[in-house]
Amino acid sequence: MDLTQGTLEEKTGRAKKMMLWFGIISLIMSFAGWTSAFVVSSSRPDWLKDFQLPNGFLISTIVIVLSSITFVLAKQAMKKEQRQQVTIWLLATLVLGVVFIFSQFSGFQQIIDAGYNFTGPTSNVTMSYIYLIAVVHILHVVVGLICLLVVIYNHFKQKYSATKMLGLELAATFWHFIDILWIYLFLFLYFVR
Amino acid sequence: MSAHADTHAHDDDHGHHHKETFVTKYIFSQDHKMIAKQYLITGTIMGVIGVLMSMMFRMQIAWPEEPNVLFEALLGKWAPDGVMDADIYLALVTIHGTIMVFFVLTAGLSGTFSNLLIPLQIGARDMASGFLNMVSYWLFFLSSIIMVISLFVEAGPAAAGWTIYPPLSALPMAQGGSGMGMTLWLVSMAIFIASSLLGSLNYVVTVINLRTKGMSMTRLPLTIWAFFVTAVIGVVSFPVLLSAALLLIMDRSFGTSFFLSDIFIQGEVLHYQGGSPVLFEHLFWFLGHPEVYIVILPAMGLVSEIMASNSRKPIFGYRAMITSILAIAFLSTIVWGHHMFISGMNPFLGSVFTFTTLLIAIPSAVKAFNWITTLWKGNLQMNPAMLFSIGFVSTFITGGLTGIILGDSALDINVHDTYFVVAHFHLVMGISALYGMFAGIYHWYPKMFGRMLNKNLGYIHFWITAICAYGVFFPMHFIGMAGLPRRYYTNSNFPLFDDLANVNVIITIFALVGGVVQLIYLYNFFSSIFYGKEATQNPWKATTLEWTTPVEHIHGNWPGDIPHVYRWAYDYSNPQHDVDFVPQNVPLKDGEKELHH
Repeated sequence: MDLTQGTLEEKTGRAKKMMLWFGIISLIMSFAGWTSAFVVSSSRPDWLKDFQLPNGFLISTIVIVLSSITFVLAKQAMKKEQRQQVTIWLLATLVLGVVFIFSQFSGFQQIIDAGYNFTGPTSNVTMSYIYLIAVVHILHVVVGLICLLVVIYNHFKQKYSATKMLGLELAATFWHFIDILWIYLFLFLYFVR
Repeated sequence: MSAHADTHAHDDDHGHHHKETFVTKYIFSQDHKMIAKQYLITGTIMGVIGVLMSMMFRMQIAWPEEPNVLFEALLGKWAPDGVMDADIYLALVTIHGTIMVFFVLTAGLSGTFSNLLIPLQIGARDMASGFLNMVSYWLFFLSSIIMVISLFVEAGPAAAGWTIYPPLSALPMAQGGSGMGMTLWLVSMAIFIASSLLGSLNYVVTVINLRTKGMSMTRLPLTIWAFFVTAVIGVVSFPVLLSAALLLIMDRSFGTSFFLSDIFIQGEVLHYQGGSPVLFEHLFWFLGHPEVYIVILPAMGLVSEIMASNSRKPIFGYRAMITSILAIAFLSTIVWGHHMFISGMNPFLGSVFTFTTLLIAIPSAVKAFNWITTLWKGNLQMNPAMLFSIGFVSTFITGGLTGIILGDSALDINVHDTYFVVAHFHLVMGISALYGMFAGIYHWYPKMFGRMLNKNLGYIHFWITAICAYGVFFPMHFIGMAGLPRRYYTNSNFPLFDDLANVNVIITIFALVGGVVQLIYLYNFFSSIFYGKEATQNPWKATTLEWTTPVEHIHGNWPGDIPHVYRWAYDYSNPQHDVDFVPQNVPLKDGEKELHH
């Protein structure tokens, strides 16, 4: 593909999509930093070898996968210009995103009930890592939710159409990224001891 | 193309005209040319602070614990009776390193020239997102301000070295500079990283997507290749520093033990246990090493361009140059362990890092030879930009050779943390990158300000700087091999080093002269903005697209259509033409073949 072709509008649209992808690469690198620190630290003598991931995390994994599916449905409905369908699926995504955050916090509560705080005398470094990684991921979900609110607002203002929906597409890409990122983190925390 | 914007026949993709006020034009500007100048001037101011600090700690090293009026004036309570305090010495070294590496040679260099040249040389109206570009600059400005504020904190600025290893950086009570100064350092750097990422994202996507018709990747000037690859390295490595910084902040402020192990302070046992500062070193140097290539690659790009233009010859080995940039970028991410040979890492791992480190010598040598062969039998135009470019090659080779010694895990044990290391990295990335930056400023000043810098002042600036740079860093190799450790505020307690005291005096004298002579450059820079000779459209008879734009800056760069590109960037002395340069936007003549490159 010759990227020197096209009008300025096409070029900038392409550039903005690509900017998100490179941004995602940089976010992946920061999580690669934390997870590799996790791996390196796992040789510490005070490392917990037999920790249980809380059920809340499993539920939240299912929830965030569902939210990705609803976002895809919203996008497809937009392509067919079925505006009401779009509204339903976008709101469903928003609700599922909020449920995800709640179930993450219920997961934290389960860790605390098991006797591990983030810091202080009752903490353990393994659990500190898990708290930290999960909270940083939640921050990304919050950013995703803010993008989603902007998209919903713009949708109510009738700013998108089947051919002109760059904002919606960008928000969707980012949402799928935080979904896949969580699945990776969940599997990582499940299998790497 | 006419030098004036007669605003006829604007093409459609340059539609909306903004009304420009003073604020939108000079302060919150979204125009890449203005943002480049903002970066340059902010970077210059930070550079003055950084150089001033180095002059102060050099004086302390040469004349230890002697009263000095300059200390009394500039350091205030940190120099009672004009004698420098030991704590502030370490803080000065720390902030000098931070400012020079990040604020001058990362933001000042990349920020200025990527912003100025990427849209102009690839044939684009502006960056992909002017807004994010503006945000990037203002975040950089904010982080500079916070870093400067940290100098005035009661207990002193950060003093853990620019690499901020824990525990000095992780325990606020460890020393004066570990408290508020360190906190502000971390805040400033977090903002800096955000700024750098936004800038890099913009550069990467602009180069990929916004090239004009005909500007294929193999017709790009080497400057653009260098900026592009630099930005990619930035996107990949800066986030890891952010990960490390977040873990560090958790240790500092929330009492986790990621990096901290059992530790006593003033007889008091702290609750930390089990953590490892070496983990921080790994995470830090995963950024830290690519960072030196973030510093040096843009300088390499600028130098390649200036050398070809001022030798009136095509760059030698264009594709080899691109390949070596890519090879350096790849290798830069797998060599970080050579900063940690003595941290107690597995010796086998050390030998792996030695191997990858020495591999970098290959692409670096390819570049050095290509620069020299570009000069070979050229019609050399010895203007200040060219002199600084040749100076770059000289210091890069001198500094690079000692890199081969330091990259060897066995040899490094003897010279680690001595002035040998200081000499090495200052020559290979400090002085070299500064030369690249100066070369770029002398060459593109007419494009930035529409006027020329004074040539004679440029010659004086170059020759005195070049002599002083070698005068400072050459002797450092010897005192380093003699074992003089870096970061000690005095060596007078060690009779072993008494013989080296005179060498330190000589180094300091060169450093002071070299520092003061930069005033000539500053005078030249700021006075030429107003009184310099007016520039013509293409003063260096160069081939690249930025010289086809009018001297007067206009929003959107070209008054009419964006020129199309028909040839590579280095058509100098093309035998098929009568003139010795053919700009990229000149179509091929009948029967002309594009030079194989």
